[in-house]
Amino acid sequence: MDHPADLQPAPAAIAHAPTVRQQLFEFVLQLADTSLVLGHRLSEWCGHGPVLEQDLAMANIALDLLGETRSLYQYAAELEGQGRTEDDLAYLRPATAYRNPLLVEQPNGDFAHTVVRQFLFDNFHYHLLLALKTSPDAPLAAIAEKSVKEAAYHLKWSSEWIIRLGDGTAESRQRLDKALATLWRYAAELTMPTATEAALQDLGLVPDYRGMKPAMDAHTARVLAEATVPAPQIAPFAQKGGKAGQHSEHLGYLLAELQYMQRTYPGLTW
Amino acid sequence: MINPTASSQELTANSCELTAKIWQLLEEVTDPEVPVLSILDLGIVRTVKVEGEQVTVTITPTYSGCPAMNTIATDIRLRLLAEGITQLTVHNQLSPAWTTDWMSAAGRAKLTAYGIAPPVDGTATGHVLNLFGKATAVACPLCGSAHTQLVNQFGSTACKALYQCQDCREPFDYFKCH
Repeated sequence: MDHPADLQPAPAAIAHAPTVRQQLFEFVLQLADTSLVLGHRLSEWCGHGPVLEQDLAMANIALDLLGETRSLYQYAAELEGQGRTEDDLAYLRPATAYRNPLLVEQPNGDFAHTVVRQFLFDNFHYHLLLALKTSPDAPLAAIAEKSVKEAAYHLKWSSEWIIRLGDGTAESRQRLDKALATLWRYAAELTMPTATEAALQDLGLVPDYRGMKPAMDAHTARVLAEATVPAPQIAPFAQKGGKAGQHSEHLGYLLAELQYMQRTYPGLTW
Repeated sequence: MINPTASSQELTANSCELTAKIWQLLEEVTDPEVPVLSILDLGIVRTVKVEGEQVTVTITPTYSGCPAMNTIATDIRLRLLAEGITQLTVHNQLSPAWTTDWMSAAGRAKLTAYGIAPPVDGTATGHVLNLFGKATAVACPLCGSAHTQLVNQFGSTACKALYQCQDCREPFDYFKCH
């Protein structure tokens, strides 16, 4: 992220009580961490995609997520009001301070693995942004209004790839099945509210995830049916903890690369 | 320059004049990735506000991650600085979200002449349930044929999709609807 000295975020009108402001800060930070980590994972494909067009697609999706990340970190920094910048929040927090769900930090694996991770996230992300557009918190609603247009393209991309891989060759099907079996249990954390999320949902600032679930589930069912894939039958436990700062070992490695320059040369600018 | 002793009426007249001049100057600032388009053609300038000597230009990003936005903000600053406007703030406003509907007719014509197919109105996103649906019919900017095919929804920049003409066989960029 460069320093956009010439481009200032439009001033946001914030009139929340201090506790609500703190909760919103945590929530916005969680969304920002999520988009940043997944965007970074996708960018790891750059130059390694199975074909040029899909290499471009993943780089484009990564760029959209990074753009959303910047808006979110800028707003988080403003909510916190401690003088930290978007760069401080992205580059100078340890893995335990990151609040992204475990799903997005999982390694890329093969293309099917990346597609399944993306699909599970996009389905949540799209429906979340759609609902957040009407949040009474104006800055958050504005970010959602902007990003949902992009998230719609992402969900279409990952949904179509689930169908192609599932209804493709024996090889693609086997890879899709394996990725679904591995990643399915990471999806539940996305819609399990933390105490902070629950408090904001009670205030009506953040959509109640239970309200989004029917549309999400319907989309998943439709895509899996078209892919000729039965819904994975997996023991009903969720891999969770990321939103509470308890991460898999993978996040530390990811951040070591992402934060390398600022950790090695503090304050470095382009 | 604004005379500090001017009456409020004169000040308003001066502000109006300056505002009109700034809009003219912004016509000279172009998109660094599609240099035939001015930022007014793109429809990303929302407001120009003049208060005394303080000028605020509000722009809205085409795509969240568009790397051209910082360059555009710098180019606006440099162009206005050249005319002696030093107290300038460039704001980035997200809502209402930019849409290709805001692109001017002149801008669309320039895009076609440049070899990029302009957005086809009424085909914006939101059709996520339209999986494997029929791609938007886009005319080839080179030979004009309507016999074209979507190659990739994601193209050379965030704002473009990749098409290929089935008649002249040329691949081309399509400024996708948003």
